[in-house]
Amino acid sequence: MLSKTAQKIRQLTLKMITEAKASHIGSSFSIVEILTALYFGDILKIDPQNPDDPKRDIFILSKGHGCASLYATLALRGFFPEEVLYKEFYTDGGRLTGHPSFKLIPGIEVATGALGHGLSMGVGFAKAAKIDAKKTKTFVVLGDGECNEGAVWEAALFAGQHKLDNLTVIVDYNQLQGLGCSKDVLCMDPFKEKWAAFGWEAKEVDGHNLEELTEVLKKVPFKEGKPNAIIAHTVKGKGVSYMEGELAWHYKSPNEEEFKQAVKELS
Amino acid sequence: MALQIAQRRRIQASRKRAVVRNTFINKLQELAEKDERIILLVGDLGFSVIEEFQTKFPERFINAGIAEANMVGLAAGLALSGKKVFLYSITPFVTMRCFEQVRNDICYQNLDVILVGVGPGYAYGPAGPTHHAIEDVAVMRALPNMKVLCPGDPVEAGLCAEFAAKEKGPLYIRMGKGKEPVLHKNIPRLKLGKGIYMSEGKDLGLIASGNILPRAAEAKELLEKEGMSVSLISMPFVKPLDEELVLKEARSAKAIFTLEEHSLIGGLGEAVSKVLAENKFSGTFKTFGIPDLFPKSFGSQDYLREQVGLSAADISQTILKLL
Repeated sequence: MLSKTAQKIRQLTLKMITEAKASHIGSSFSIVEILTALYFGDILKIDPQNPDDPKRDIFILSKGHGCASLYATLALRGFFPEEVLYKEFYTDGGRLTGHPSFKLIPGIEVATGALGHGLSMGVGFAKAAKIDAKKTKTFVVLGDGECNEGAVWEAALFAGQHKLDNLTVIVDYNQLQGLGCSKDVLCMDPFKEKWAAFGWEAKEVDGHNLEELTEVLKKVPFKEGKPNAIIAHTVKGKGVSYMEGELAWHYKSPNEEEFKQAVKELS
Repeated sequence: MALQIAQRRRIQASRKRAVVRNTFINKLQELAEKDERIILLVGDLGFSVIEEFQTKFPERFINAGIAEANMVGLAAGLALSGKKVFLYSITPFVTMRCFEQVRNDICYQNLDVILVGVGPGYAYGPAGPTHHAIEDVAVMRALPNMKVLCPGDPVEAGLCAEFAAKEKGPLYIRMGKGKEPVLHKNIPRLKLGKGIYMSEGKDLGLIASGNILPRAAEAKELLEKEGMSVSLISMPFVKPLDEELVLKEARSAKAIFTLEEHSLIGGLGEAVSKVLAENKFSGTFKTFGIPDLFPKSFGSQDYLREQVGLSAADISQTILKLL
């Protein structure tokens, strides 16, 4: 039951962020189904017992600020014990930093947090796999606000030029960024067309529909010789009514009362 | 083996001048024959320099296009997949244009990526200020894990490729662009964080790094004509700095001067001054380099050097006045 797993990831994420008084709960909630599909929907070829397996698929959360739900996902998938989530997230000496650090905790491939870096590194993994004739795949989750960064489009051009069909981007298209609606800040529309124009095969899905997500992810590569873009329509803060679509939850941490209500809604 | 090395060291450099970047790339090509991990990544630059490598190793030559931020992230992904990546472009584009990628993706993750920046200081003189590189050493030197290597002549440039191929972790090589005089009569050793004595004198020490080395050698000759006994030290590594050598020179010389074609902020001069100040050097000390300014008038590398007092004559006269 993937939906139960998704719910569990949200519960863990809520607890982590509330206890740590951390930010970015909205950004962590909008990618929960994407992570669930990748890690529990038989998409990523990974082995928690052997996280550095050279034959593994590569996953990069380029929007590093959403990492609370990634940490929860990795714990549930068996990369490290669940208690690490509470002991080490945003704590002195803890390995679960507010944006993923390099080689601190199993399952994290690269350090991200400064936006617009992850896709280029993903392109590097994908290109290396092509050079070495390896069958491994690379998946990169980008934020839609992150796509304001020029480096994303430099990487997109390169992937198209070099026919990296072993590379898949999933954009968390929640349409909210730092100071407001993406449409009002730097409008990325027409978005799917942009990816297509850069040489990618692009598809749109409901980013909270697990069936749709796993189905589309199983189909990559969509077209031989083309990198894959999945525009996942999501809701920032998905799962907790008072957080959904509210910019403030990019920053706020739930107080006691808000926490209780969120627990109720997520159980 | 030891005999071979000794023989090689005895080989006199055959050409009087050699194009620094070609010497480097030719050497890299030899190394790539033996080491399949080596990849040459360029930012759509290197016309008439990289073609042979490209033809010989089409799979291991990547032109990332005019997109340096992606080029550096791409290098990180390749390195994380086991490749040894040499990233080649004009100096400002491989250090400053993509600085955050160099910091986060390469240095923080401590990856086997070698940044080769061609055309240090005023090497692209008449091309104008966008192509000058006068702050690159300062910014690269500030990065944890990064090593900064500035070859002073074609011999050192060739050695840089060999050094880089063996060394682990991030490395920045500040590579000369054009024809430079061959200064080393014998092939020296290039060891991490070690300077090279070109000559040893008693009165004063000239410590030079990178493409200003020929001017330092000329200034030394001018000073010797005035009766001075001068040490000339080539300091290819600005980081890690050969502190031991600086202190050795400080014990014997009455005066020490650093020379670099780089801003006086954050380069060799400041690195050496820290060592001297912390060790109570009481002699005369001055740093020669580029003052904190953008030129107002442009021209050849030598023209620009003259504007900031970096000709051999200016250097030697300033030193004579100080002593």
